[in-house]
Amino acid sequence: MAGAAADMSAAEERISVASNWTLVWWRFRKHKLALASAAILAVLYAIVLCPDFFSTQHPERTDARQAFIPIQSIHFLDDGKWSPWVPVAVGKRDPVTLRMEWGTDPSRKIRIGFFVDGPEYRFLGLVRAKVRLVGPLDPEQRIFLLGSDRMGRDQWSRIMHGTQTSMTIGLVAVTLSVVLGIVLGGISGYFGGWIDQVIQRLIEILQSVPTIPIWLALSAALPRDWTPTQVFFAITVILSLIGWTTLGREVRGRFLALREEDFVLAAELAGCSRWRIIVRHMVPTFLSHIIATSSLAIPVMIINETSLSFLGLGIRPPAISWGVLLQEAQNIQTLALAPWLLLPGLLVIVSVLAFNLIGDGLRDASDPYSK
Amino acid sequence: MIRFVLQRLLLLPLLMAIFSILVFVIVEAPPGDFLTSYIATLASSGSSIGAEHVEALRRQYGLDQPIWVQYLKWMGNLLQGDLGLSLEYQRPNAELIGEQLFLTVVLALFSFVLTWIIAVPAGIYSAIRQRSVIDYILTVVNYIGVATPNFMLALVLMWVAFAYFGISVTGLFSPEYQGAEWSLAKLLDLLAHAWLPSLVLGIAGTARLTRVMRANLLDELNKPYVVTARAKGLPEWTLVLRYPVRLAFNPLVSTIGWYLPQLFSGSLIVATVMNLPNIGPLLLRALVNQDMYLAGSILLIYCMLTIVGTLLSDILLAWLDPRIRMEG
Repeated sequence: MAGAAADMSAAEERISVASNWTLVWWRFRKHKLALASAAILAVLYAIVLCPDFFSTQHPERTDARQAFIPIQSIHFLDDGKWSPWVPVAVGKRDPVTLRMEWGTDPSRKIRIGFFVDGPEYRFLGLVRAKVRLVGPLDPEQRIFLLGSDRMGRDQWSRIMHGTQTSMTIGLVAVTLSVVLGIVLGGISGYFGGWIDQVIQRLIEILQSVPTIPIWLALSAALPRDWTPTQVFFAITVILSLIGWTTLGREVRGRFLALREEDFVLAAELAGCSRWRIIVRHMVPTFLSHIIATSSLAIPVMIINETSLSFLGLGIRPPAISWGVLLQEAQNIQTLALAPWLLLPGLLVIVSVLAFNLIGDGLRDASDPYSK
Repeated sequence: MIRFVLQRLLLLPLLMAIFSILVFVIVEAPPGDFLTSYIATLASSGSSIGAEHVEALRRQYGLDQPIWVQYLKWMGNLLQGDLGLSLEYQRPNAELIGEQLFLTVVLALFSFVLTWIIAVPAGIYSAIRQRSVIDYILTVVNYIGVATPNFMLALVLMWVAFAYFGISVTGLFSPEYQGAEWSLAKLLDLLAHAWLPSLVLGIAGTARLTRVMRANLLDELNKPYVVTARAKGLPEWTLVLRYPVRLAFNPLVSTIGWYLPQLFSGSLIVATVMNLPNIGPLLLRALVNQDMYLAGSILLIYCMLTIVGTLLSDILLAWLDPRIRMEG
């Protein structure tokens, strides 16, 4: 009995001295789905850091004779021994429809390896590197782990590069709207008065804007001759311009409530500057809540970017994003011929799902003192 | 109540005025105008027109005047009910938009009804049978429903229908009714075609609504009045449907305000993918071709639909919940 009581009090003491963030982490840890999602996102962001390492070849390498090759699956064993290979795709033209029909030739194998040297790329745009996660041992050969598109480009490698663009857009756009939301919502809630009125009316107007049509119109207004980087940033700004309002409202509400709290008064009496009160005393009390809200906003941005690019008004080729890749799947006849072109969509769903689950976990964990 | 509605109605013209400026600036923003892209199209097809002709066209469409004159002219015409002339189709915009606007509204409302018909029973069921197999299945379906962009769902459905059943599920009418006059048969044909796009359009909303309904009802079911009613021997289903469900409904109604407008703008993408005769694809074409008055009119219609949708839901909510009336 005495031992159990001592254990109890030890556990309680651990909780009572733990910092806020430790408590949040303990709470979050209990969500197994959220943890699994965090692992998935870790992989996706590893791809964002260096898509070249994960791809088997250059994403723009084309070959008209290798169009619409189906998925080549990896075989790990050869005669019961470890020797990974993929079957060679052999094309035959159908004499009636003149369409290329791909089959596999079981006698011919492309040997592949992990961490092999492939074509050179620059890691983070700086360091020269050659090593790739997976690739053919003979650099002259090409493998299509997720099939190829109408121009014979390797979908696997293109998806890796698309991941970089789409995941970055989500993150940057949400960061921008969080900054806008905190600054404008904070100003609105902290100062009140006519500033508050102006910002609140602005939010109301922005919230009654029909989002998708206005997004389309704004993206259509981007000059056609902009470089992919310029378009990328413009799209990010467009997405976040309308996205910040919800967060702005929430931050304002929190500021209004917190302004009356004793600890703010205490800080004021102690002679803290306004800036210090906001940054040191007020923001940390609702930071975890903001993180949870913004992790639920990222998937919305990803879906929006994908939809815009799919309609041809977002990211434009030669830049690659999930939406750009899905444009290849727009035609139903093509899709019936090459259903693997829908795979980038699967990645959209997986990433959005992962963000939503993490967001739910964070939202529950963000207030560790609640039951 | 009447005062509340009047107040909101008075705000409407002001909002529309702000939106009209916003919309005009956006459609005016791309460098060049319709004529530059028109000339480029002509040049790419091998023909060309003389500089004088271009000038004449420019004057005819009023493209040579300062921007604020163009705006005032456009607004003046709009207020008289004239949506202007499409530069590309050379037809009045009102004529181009007409029937498609009707179909846009029908599709969104249809999808809205479908969402509620599915989401409310599903939410009630998973709350009452919490942690049952069906509850888990519904939860998984809901998560995936929220995570799937609706154009993706449209693509998959179209692909499955085409590749495995050999049918095409695009459009809203069978070919024989395409240009036909409105009749009962055409209406039935529309209903037969509309349910699939409506489902695609409403899937994310359905998923979200089911989750909200389930959570609200779960909160209510734990309250003492439910225990009391049960102790007094009320049959379980009567009990649940008569009291907690009604209370759980209220927060749901407040979501109409953003949901209905969302359906209007969401239908744009689904309509483009599924080739529906909706104002969405028309807007997309107009934007790409810089047919600015057509694009501007459609954008304004979207704004109008959004505001009216929000207004309707505000009125509905005020009617359901007296507390909101008092604040207004």
